[in-house]
Amino acid sequence: MPQIVVEQLVKTYQVAERAPGLWGALRGLVRRKHRTVRALDGISFAIERGELVGYIGPNGAGKSTTVKALSGILVPDSGRCEVAGRVPWQQRIAHVAQIGVVFGQRTQLWWDLPVIESFELLRDIYRVPPDRYARARDQMIGLLDLAPLLDVPVRQLSLGQRMRCDLAAALLHEPAILFLDEPTIGLDAPSKLAVRDFIQRLNRDRGVTVILTTHDMDDIEALCTRVMVIAGGKILSDGTLAALRGQVTRERWLTVDLASADAAIDEPDATVIRRDGGRVCLAFDPQAVAPAELIRRVTSRHAVRDLFVENPPIETIVARLYAAHGGGEAGSEP
Amino acid sequence: MTGLRPYRAIASARFRMLLQYRGAALAGLWTQVFFGLVLIMVYEAFYRSAPAVRPMAFAQITTYVWLGQALLAMLPWNVDTEIRETVRSGAIAYELARPVDLYGAWYARAVAQRTAPTLLRAAPMAVFACAVLPVIGLGEWRLAPPPSWAAAAGFVATVACALVLSCALSVLVNISLMWTVAGDGAVMLFTTAASLLSGLVIPLPLMPEWAQVGLSWLPFAGLFDLPFRIYNGHIAAGDVAMVVVRQLGWTVALIGSGRWLLGRGMRRVVVLGG
Amino acid sequence: MAGAFGLYRAYAAASIRSQLSYRASLVMTTIGIFLVTASEFVAVWALFDRFGQVRGWTLPEAALLYGMSSVSWAVCDAIGRGFDVFGDMVKTGGFDRLLLRPRSTVLQLLGQDFTLRRFGRLAQGLLVLGYAAVAGTIDWTVGRAVLLAGAIACGVCAFLGLLVLQATSAFWTIDKLEVWNAFTYGGLTMSRYPLPLYRPWFRAVFIFVIPLACVTYFPGVVILGRAEPLGAPAIAGWLAPLAGPAFLALGLQVWRIGIRHYRSTGS
Repeated sequence: MPQIVVEQLVKTYQVAERAPGLWGALRGLVRRKHRTVRALDGISFAIERGELVGYIGPNGAGKSTTVKALSGILVPDSGRCEVAGRVPWQQRIAHVAQIGVVFGQRTQLWWDLPVIESFELLRDIYRVPPDRYARARDQMIGLLDLAPLLDVPVRQLSLGQRMRCDLAAALLHEPAILFLDEPTIGLDAPSKLAVRDFIQRLNRDRGVTVILTTHDMDDIEALCTRVMVIAGGKILSDGTLAALRGQVTRERWLTVDLASADAAIDEPDATVIRRDGGRVCLAFDPQAVAPAELIRRVTSRHAVRDLFVENPPIETIVARLYAAHGGGEAGSEP
Repeated sequence: MTGLRPYRAIASARFRMLLQYRGAALAGLWTQVFFGLVLIMVYEAFYRSAPAVRPMAFAQITTYVWLGQALLAMLPWNVDTEIRETVRSGAIAYELARPVDLYGAWYARAVAQRTAPTLLRAAPMAVFACAVLPVIGLGEWRLAPPPSWAAAAGFVATVACALVLSCALSVLVNISLMWTVAGDGAVMLFTTAASLLSGLVIPLPLMPEWAQVGLSWLPFAGLFDLPFRIYNGHIAAGDVAMVVVRQLGWTVALIGSGRWLLGRGMRRVVVLGG
Repeated sequence: MAGAFGLYRAYAAASIRSQLSYRASLVMTTIGIFLVTASEFVAVWALFDRFGQVRGWTLPEAALLYGMSSVSWAVCDAIGRGFDVFGDMVKTGGFDRLLLRPRSTVLQLLGQDFTLRRFGRLAQGLLVLGYAAVAGTIDWTVGRAVLLAGAIACGVCAFLGLLVLQATSAFWTIDKLEVWNAFTYGGLTMSRYPLPLYRPWFRAVFIFVIPLACVTYFPGVVILGRAEPLGAPAIAGWLAPLAGPAFLALGLQVWRIGIRHYRSTGS
């Protein structure tokens, strides 16, 4: 049986609507108008033990509502949800003892205390026996290279250092499931790589189930074998990255560097999507015209210095998927 | 007066921002009403227990109390949180790069901070104390109108002076934040002095006789006590000029010392390297 | 393995160590709070200096009430700070973090912030209490001393109940929390003077709705050995303080409703 089962989960919010101005504010005191927003509109999925799942969607799509329901903070309106055989919101304390949660934007460490003291406090909060705590702590210190940070007050850590400590803090009680909310946000490149590497090892070597919400598609490409896309409270796509790509478009991009910056390029089977001097990017459907054929045509008509074929970046794929479902802030499609 | 334009812009932007806190003002109104009622009941009991003592008539006391509750937000009792952030984060060093006088800019912010919440709170409070109290059978506790037109005019003039004085004190509080550790204590002392010595906590005429002269010459009496006593007739309307001179004299002195301290504080910031 | 009390101790110790990393500022604000609260007593003293007495109560007698309520509030404020700043916590989402931990939310909030600088207020309250104990005409007996300690402990509960209710209301509204200041700080001011000087409807509020008079005035009358003019039976001074813990228990029930509401609306 899967570790996490979600069936037809629905969550609606009442949003108070207030007419503008002082009169509106006064009227609001007497009679409030409410609008119902369906944050989760009947979502279903199942996750097996040891999976590493990316969960993406535009802001306000229902990502954090899902995570809140799975972590037992929020009680949904209807639908079924079981995590490790428990209904999260019915047995909050037993449930949260088995999960770890990291918010990239907010630390759970004590701001003015040395890191190690936060760890010890979490040991007491989660009632971790001393020997298990010592083992988990030492493993984390080794894996995340925390030894030099332990005696530093959290407020003096860099963002990357803090994120490493936060990851360790969420794992001291050795949870079977880890929720990560934008764990790489704001990090510099080496820190991002270190965090990704750690997540991967945690999942591969220790079988921890990881659910990762992020806006950084590089995180998804680097880590996730499975991606779920949510928009407007509905799951739009659930599967491998390749399947997600195939669902949205077959399109491929041919980029050519022309010798002359102002040569006109006109191909019936391809459309110019970007042009920057001599560099032209053409989008084409490989089933309508084979890539080799298109390259032959272009090179025969134009003086070409260089060329390459690529898949559209995952950002573009995702942005198109959001846009097709009237989704969110993804207006920056190239 | 184009030289004043940036300061007017600072004040009015801040003013409009502060006017948004209507919910808080409504909640504050309730709290102020509550405090006013407690204070008046306490004074009433004391007045009944010792009928011979009359530093001020009871009807004048109730008026004094309601004026204090209505204008509470005008006292220099809190720091400007945004200024505190700039000072604490060291971003204040960048203020030197701006083409406006820092003291002037802070003063303009103080004007908005002292007027916007006061306007939001004073009018409903006055309605309650003047009109609602008599209707619910507590007419003897009401905010009475001033005894003469001269007293009313004197009140308007001295409240305006109290405002400029309060802003000068507010800026001084903000400046004290530049001395981090001492600043924390200074802010609190200031708050205490402003509420106790202005007459908010207890009308100054009820304080001991021997303290009266000293109290009335401190700057704080100019914030509440002197204008309120002109309003309720405890100070004759003919003495308004003297009160205004005291208020403005203090304002000039406080602006002068504020500018001097700010200059020293900024030198410190520059030396410390922000 | 940490039980509830052990965990509270760990929390409080962490909070104290955090504050000690800003030692100079802590000393300064503690002294500041001492002086601020001392100024409140100046107002009470000034009134007695002018008028001599109120309804037959002298300054040392009123000071007992003042000391009792100040000490209760100071202790409550030191341990219940987490509830006091709860509005911000809801706004920033910090409360979710507490729900993600396998411990009771009340315990976590109590441990959140053990504010040392409130000792400035405590010191002031104890000084006034000391003045009342020696300057007045109290005929100290073991029973009266026990009643004083018990009433103060019950007073902590009563004030804590108010803070819990204030925090609970943050689940519904954030910008109107100032309403509660009328009951906390207003109640504190009210409880410094003998109850009979207030109007009957006002007394009823602080006896039957928010029982602050039950934890200060009624036991205070017994400790002072005064006749009770409101007609309460003699035993009332001994039993009334129990309204404090009862009020806290009620507050915690409402808190549970608030959490249920929060978890079903997520707002």
